Amino acid sequence: MNTNARYPGYDVLAKWDSPSFDDSTRRVLGRRLDDVPPRRFLSEAEWDLLEAVNRRLLPQPDRLEPIPITPWIDAMLMENLGEGFRHPDMPPLRECWRLGLAALADEARCRHGRDFTALDAAEQDVLLQALAVQDVRSPQWQALHPERFFTHWLLKTAAGIYYAHPWAWSEIGFGGPASPRGYVRLGFDSRDPWEARAGKAKDPG
Amino acid sequence: MDYLPRTGQGRAPDVFERGGWMPMREYRDDEAVDFAIVGAGAGGSTLACKLAEAGFSVVVLEAGPFWRPLEDFASDEEAQQQLYWLDERLTSGADPIALGGNNSGWGVGGSTVHFSMISLRFRPEWFRSRSLLGYGVDWPLSYEEMAPYYEEAERALAISGPLRYPWGPPHRRYPYREHEMNAAGLVLARGAERMGVAWSAVPLATVSAPRGKSPPCVYRGFCNFGCSTNAKQSALVVWIPRALRAGAEVRDLAMAGRIELHANGLASGVHYRRSGQWRFQRARNVVVAGYAIETPRLLLNSSCPSFPQGLANRSGLVGTHLTTHAGPGVWARFDEEIRWNKGPPNMAVCEHWNYTDDGKDFAGGYAFMSQGPLPRAWAQLVATSRQLWGGRLREAMLDYNYMSGLVAVAETEPRPGNRVILADERDRHGLPIAHVEFSYSDNDRRMQEHARRYMGRMLEAAGGKDPWTSEDTSHILGTCRMGDNPETSVVDSIGRSWDVRNLWICDGSLFPTSGGVNPSLTIQALACRIGDRIRTLSARGEL
Repeated sequence: MNTNARYPGYDVLAKWDSPSFDDSTRRVLGRRLDDVPPRRFLSEAEWDLLEAVNRRLLPQPDRLEPIPITPWIDAMLMENLGEGFRHPDMPPLRECWRLGLAALADEARCRHGRDFTALDAAEQDVLLQALAVQDVRSPQWQALHPERFFTHWLLKTAAGIYYAHPWAWSEIGFGGPASPRGYVRLGFDSRDPWEARAGKAKDPG
Repeated sequence: MDYLPRTGQGRAPDVFERGGWMPMREYRDDEAVDFAIVGAGAGGSTLACKLAEAGFSVVVLEAGPFWRPLEDFASDEEAQQQLYWLDERLTSGADPIALGGNNSGWGVGGSTVHFSMISLRFRPEWFRSRSLLGYGVDWPLSYEEMAPYYEEAERALAISGPLRYPWGPPHRRYPYREHEMNAAGLVLARGAERMGVAWSAVPLATVSAPRGKSPPCVYRGFCNFGCSTNAKQSALVVWIPRALRAGAEVRDLAMAGRIELHANGLASGVHYRRSGQWRFQRARNVVVAGYAIETPRLLLNSSCPSFPQGLANRSGLVGTHLTTHAGPGVWARFDEEIRWNKGPPNMAVCEHWNYTDDGKDFAGGYAFMSQGPLPRAWAQLVATSRQLWGGRLREAMLDYNYMSGLVAVAETEPRPGNRVILADERDRHGLPIAHVEFSYSDNDRRMQEHARRYMGRMLEAAGGKDPWTSEDTSHILGTCRMGDNPETSVVDSIGRSWDVRNLWICDGSLFPTSGGVNPSLTIQALACRIGDRIRTLSARGEL
């Protein structure tokens, strides 16, 4: 995949000093771009495992510098700030991530006798897909629901973090922050000059 | 992030100025105010304004912060999760409802700070749905009684809407002209016209021309994450400044924990926690307006020897009959660029199945609207609905600017087993947290299946390719239903508790049925009516 294939040359951040960005937005995005948090909550092993998982959920072979995902999950756990709800069969936020990662690590050992991080990409994908369809072998999944952990914790969180990053906005041609300028042209095939121009507009990709 | 209270020392934030203040009257905790209102959302803010303007002394306790949109609201989905109620809740049942997101609000203005601004009236027959349509339960008031208050709310919010709305009885024109339709809305329009059904521009609570200090909407499209220009006519910018000018006090970051019942059987005030201190505000009347989870939670947490099952709960109905709006969605790719992030997220609506009773295999109704999700929410929906991850997720996301979709607001049946109860677990204030149990009925499922089929046909008629579906819910209603009978309802038709006559409820908890439209306009109209009725009762000495 070539990151710039659909919207060549488009960079949301080129609008940083334009009327599309206000101070509140620059403050928030400045932190996201420049203040990537260090590991504080997860153990080194947990961090490495989660990093390996995130590389499969959102592979970024096209980027020299990938969009960071694991650091923001660690920060969320450090602040203990989740989505505000959980199923009663799931433990609280921090415990859920800890138990889930431990079960995932055990799942790799049950299946391959090796750590998840030592598996090749195809093996990792097969294992993650097994969680998605609840085909699991580790007894540690008795503590939490594997599909819920995969879909609503690992996948939903990683997807949210990746697509909250300005580089991902440029990739998909999203206009990005638009305050105070907003947009003028709203109809079909209508583009303001400060929006992304598609390289091949009719190519469904 | 840590938030600090902003109101106090005789002032409250001026929402229209960065760093601005406006004067605020203050009351002592031991000074019995006429009304202590818990919650500053659509219900509480509106009622605070009405009561203060009628000359009552009012203190509003809001669990969340007092925002200044111009300085606090970034154009960013992630940062703006701060607008949601993120304290832990449990959710279970056959169809557990996702909480904490768009069906919640935290802060002055409540969820109107991030709502889609859809301002629709109920279909008149819904107030008599059992008698006239054969399902649900009748409301204890009629559309005719509500109509003047709908109009009052529409004027107060300066609704921008079409010259003629195709459904429902005629009413006065909307105060502001409708907005230019975006491409996502034009998709719905094109599909509806090809299928021969009516569609309309959504009447929206964001101004299409200047209004006071609100500039016209610039179509930045972050409406669900807070309006950073104040074009949106939220409770935060409409009712709260009016309430403050009329002498109401608003205490931000003030979490109500328990309503105190005096030996005389009347509520004497509210225990609340602010800046780490538990305090007690004395009041002659207490209004609970915390929305359909926090309102029953507060009543259940206020159990006492006279009410061991929860305050004002002799009926046993507090927390029960929870309804939501099922939100089945259909999504498709188009040849044209849609760029659905531009403009308010839901600009076009079809209420055909709210106003058509024939040819249905379900009771109740649904509306559906055009959509405009931003990338973070969209990626999460694509990933979780289609189980897409890895390179396939990134490929699918490349179609962002070519996607369009329709999502329903589908009425679910009020049923006793769908409810809010208390969990053993406690929150950071030491209060038992809410546990929501919810399962769809067969009727609820048939309605959603109908909606998916119908919306899918419309998207395809409009030229959509490779449609797929999603599930969601929005709005939570009905957990302290109003009614005519103390045995079958928690409060009467003006939100007054049958059991504790100086205890009132004023929010979406009141709804006996949920109707097939977004509830905010009806909540605000109900609050206007309750405010009027309280003034009348007070004048008669009947409070």
